[in-house]
Amino acid sequence: MNILELTAAELAAQIKAGKITVPEAAKAVLKRIEEKDSVYNCYITVDREAVLKKADEIQAKIEKGELTGPLAGVPVAVKDNMCTKDMLTSCASKILGNFRPSYSAEAVKKLEQAGMLLIGKTNMDEFAMGSTTETSAYGVTRNPWNTDCVPGGSSGGSAAAVAALECFAALGSDTGGSIRQPASFCGVVGMKPTYGTVSRYGLIAYGSSLDQIGPIGRDVTDCAALLEAIASYDEKDSTSVKRQDTDFTAALVKDVKGMKIGVPRDYFGEGLDTEVKEAVLKAAQVFRKLGAEVEEFDLSLVEYAIPAYYTIAAAEASSNLERFDGIKYGYRTPDYEGLHNMYKKTRSEGFGEEVKRRIMLGSFVLSSGYYDAYYLKALKVKALIKKAFDEAFARYDLILGPVAPTTAPKLGESLSDPLKMYLGDIYTISVNLAGLPGISVPCGRDSKGMPIGLQLIADCFKEKTLIRAAYSFEAARGAFGLPGMSVQDETRKLAAERKGE
Amino acid sequence: MANEISDETIDYVGILAKLELSAGEKEQAKKDMGRMLDYIDKLEELDTSGVEPMSHIFDVKNVFREDIVTNGDMREDMLKNAPGEKDGMFIAPRTFE
Repeated sequence: MNILELTAAELAAQIKAGKITVPEAAKAVLKRIEEKDSVYNCYITVDREAVLKKADEIQAKIEKGELTGPLAGVPVAVKDNMCTKDMLTSCASKILGNFRPSYSAEAVKKLEQAGMLLIGKTNMDEFAMGSTTETSAYGVTRNPWNTDCVPGGSSGGSAAAVAALECFAALGSDTGGSIRQPASFCGVVGMKPTYGTVSRYGLIAYGSSLDQIGPIGRDVTDCAALLEAIASYDEKDSTSVKRQDTDFTAALVKDVKGMKIGVPRDYFGEGLDTEVKEAVLKAAQVFRKLGAEVEEFDLSLVEYAIPAYYTIAAAEASSNLERFDGIKYGYRTPDYEGLHNMYKKTRSEGFGEEVKRRIMLGSFVLSSGYYDAYYLKALKVKALIKKAFDEAFARYDLILGPVAPTTAPKLGESLSDPLKMYLGDIYTISVNLAGLPGISVPCGRDSKGMPIGLQLIADCFKEKTLIRAAYSFEAARGAFGLPGMSVQDETRKLAAERKGE
Repeated sequence: MANEISDETIDYVGILAKLELSAGEKEQAKKDMGRMLDYIDKLEELDTSGVEPMSHIFDVKNVFREDIVTNGDMREDMLKNAPGEKDGMFIAPRTFE
């Protein structure tokens, strides 16, 4: 048995049974990172010594019976936009290149309380603005299925780390698809919960009304368990929702009989890759066979989601990112004349191109004279999109469609044309506008072997329906597999290479 | 292109965004923003008269709490991240003579 190929839940069970220790699991992951991360670049920060020390502490607590949670002892990774006390939290930006927070994000605290071991901080698009993890100031992350391709984004480092066996599960954040799309591109499961389910305290804000933290795992079970651990009401987040039904693992049930699933015709039009379309429609067929009632319908307004989203997200970003001023933390330009020149130079040198583009757009749509025409208009369209979903969920338990129009593009293909990159978010973005939960589950591979993701969307607070359906589908689909050869083969190959040297 | 961004507009946006752009960056920004606004103009196709702007999907109200300090004095911790620090305070550039 190779420790790394276990799921998070399986590993935790082995640790509980005394068959594997937390330090053993930690060392296996650290060794894997050492061997692989120079190629994949999933991580921005891994503090080896701290991880090993913490692993010993967790092991002792598990043995004493102080940590008994279902994921106790499991090494997990966290996206670098969540604050971790005394550990670099860069948001993959130069402007936070030296930022060591004085506190941890609530979601990170929840992981620690559940006995999970933080392995490191993962790479991402700068300030979560991007769909490929190429806007990072720390270099690109490569897709473990094909290193010429992007892992998706913005939580690309987290998704790639899970796929590359460089951790057992990870946290990402999703503002317009940033968990579901990289999960789809990397052949793993990613879930965005209902807005307000996971505290945003300590999550460095991008678009506050859209941002939500969620789990990325190798299967639906791990995602449900991880979400259960981090979901909580938090008075430090004014948009946090008091929920009683966060026992998400209770929904790991193989039964979709009678479930009503709507397939939006408008998700299968122009721009959707044929192979992705076939794989997703095949998945719909699987649900039919399992006893669900699947039918096509018109969701409407799909093409308005992207312009509404980029207006709202850019507006919120321009406001949220005003705090980076070179005074309280982060980078400050070395040469300046006076306060305003310092602000301007600090920000111009500290932010990357895509971040500046969105701050400028946001400043423009909020400026007097344009506020009504752009920002308010987008908020009205958001209301219409929400209404369209309300009508759909009056008829269906779930909506089924693709996660992204294509599989993972090649590195360097997307950044040359920002608008084209934005269009890739068409199926994920409206979920954030309407605050809905959504999940991405691998459902096939294209002719080049790259993973294809199936997206399921439920009404607000219906994560359990989502999990039940995803779990049922996953069981019917069977094992999806891991990138490249098996770890055993790879370890043998590495050993052989070393012998030859 | 329907939206032509003028030099004045991009300079004004630079002031609002507190960003300093080189001549080349300015030209690129004018092009990018014009193109993006052309795309956003698509929203005009929808009749939204009588629709209330939705800033939050749930009916969230302002959350109040008593003004009681619950965390300790974290001054030293906070100042550790400051680019400039003196006598327990942040150093900022001089703003008046």
